[in-house]
Amino acid sequence: MMVRDGPSTSSAPPHHERRKEESVCPEGRLRSREAASRRRVSKDIPTRRDEDFRYADLAALAPLWPVEPERFVLEAEEEAGLAIIHTGADPVVREIELDLAAGAKFALHLLNAGSAYGRFVIKAQLGAGAEFHLGAAQLGSAGQVLEVVSEVTHAAPDAISRQVVRSVAGGKATVNYLGKVLVKPGADGTDGEQSVRSMLLTRTATANNRPELEIHADDVKCAHGCAVGELDANALFYMAQRGLPPEEAKKLMLQAFVAEAFVGAADGDALLEQATAALEAIL
Amino acid sequence: MTMLQISNLHATVADKPILKGLSLMINAGEVHAIMGPNGAGKSTLGYTLGGRPGYEVTDGSVTFAGQDLLALEPHERAAAGLFLGFQYPVEIPGVSFVQFLRESLNAQRKSRGEKPLSGGEFLKLAREKAALLRMDIEMLKRPVNLGFSGGEKKRAEMVQMGILDPKLAILDETDSGLDIDALRIVGEGINAVMRKPDKAVLLITHYQRLLDYVKPDFVHVLAGGRIVRTGGPELALELEERGYEAVAA
Repeated sequence: MMVRDGPSTSSAPPHHERRKEESVCPEGRLRSREAASRRRVSKDIPTRRDEDFRYADLAALAPLWPVEPERFVLEAEEEAGLAIIHTGADPVVREIELDLAAGAKFALHLLNAGSAYGRFVIKAQLGAGAEFHLGAAQLGSAGQVLEVVSEVTHAAPDAISRQVVRSVAGGKATVNYLGKVLVKPGADGTDGEQSVRSMLLTRTATANNRPELEIHADDVKCAHGCAVGELDANALFYMAQRGLPPEEAKKLMLQAFVAEAFVGAADGDALLEQATAALEAIL
Repeated sequence: MTMLQISNLHATVADKPILKGLSLMINAGEVHAIMGPNGAGKSTLGYTLGGRPGYEVTDGSVTFAGQDLLALEPHERAAAGLFLGFQYPVEIPGVSFVQFLRESLNAQRKSRGEKPLSGGEFLKLAREKAALLRMDIEMLKRPVNLGFSGGEKKRAEMVQMGILDPKLAILDETDSGLDIDALRIVGEGINAVMRKPDKAVLLITHYQRLLDYVKPDFVHVLAGGRIVRTGGPELALELEERGYEAVAA
């Protein structure tokens, strides 16, 4: 278990207080836990000292900062979903806040495949028996940074969270997943899962994966799996031996890899189609 | 007509010499068997002819159907009509046999200037070849080799061979992992697909038993990276009886 020094979204001060907090925390000074939490909502552009920005493209982030969170509130038993397909050329930084009341369900699917910086922050707060599903694919092969930063808070008993993140990096691209599952006291029966895999196509590409658990309840099922690898050379030769040219073989394997992020998605076909187009562009 | 002409082939794996001057000629219409002890270089021969990365040819030449085989990429060798049956077929999660084979076949057809097969045409062909090997077509809708038993993988290799319809099949220990019934089915499959005047087969095997079903015209003994003896089908029986050491010496 890893414990970070920042509080969860739920305890962050409301938006209008930002201005007042600005000068609370000068750079480089030892901060108290309280001060650290305030710094996170200040208008100051974050630095690499902030764990959630450790691998960020700060130069691309600066003109887009601060970021207004997009907030979704679901009533009890309500069900909703969101599919985000980002394949553009401009840097994108988005923050999505989800508040799920008891029994609510939300499925978020994301294709993060723009040719510049792409940062998607997802903060989900789960009520009793709520279900949150995140399926994200990131595809890059230039020098861009693509990242998913998630913080899922199990605030009440019996909520379920599933996160499946599949990233493919070629060229000098960097793909990141910084994901935390926080289980609050009393959130017994929590079922949380993080499945994170990255595929590096070149020696110059980078993947940073940090699945993290912070658990304050006893009866909890939390699993995380995390792997960084390369395409299986044996499989590539096998496929070539049957007549598939290398690019086609890679495409087939990466399509299957990326598809794992979109299993069960309402817009699965559209997501896969766009992901395939993005794959063709990076191979 | 000469299908495959291997002359003085030398190959290394990780800088270690494995093939040391291997020569072999296979004509269309022939079935050859290569037998030999562990470590003789049998699988290396298959992989080198298939063009597997890491298998480096340091000397010699290979001509296949009139082309310089060694100048071709692995997928070009396949399109030219070379099929390598793997000793350990590879599992590919998330990619179905049907999708994989249709794309493979159509890539081969494209490079030969032939029209691609439609989904319906391909399924018809796949169903026919699967039936030949008594494999349920439903199995081909599953991810490539995933969750298949050893015997099912070998049978699936032969179904693939039937679908891709190569000129020359190099079958690397296709008999290993097969029970007696499966061995017969696979043997009959090889005969049905490949026993034709314009095709040839190179069987790489440890044992005589597959040769009961697929009668070889020639049997070669491979030892120390070269062919040390060549004979007819009776050589396989002699090997079985006396062992490699006595026969190859």
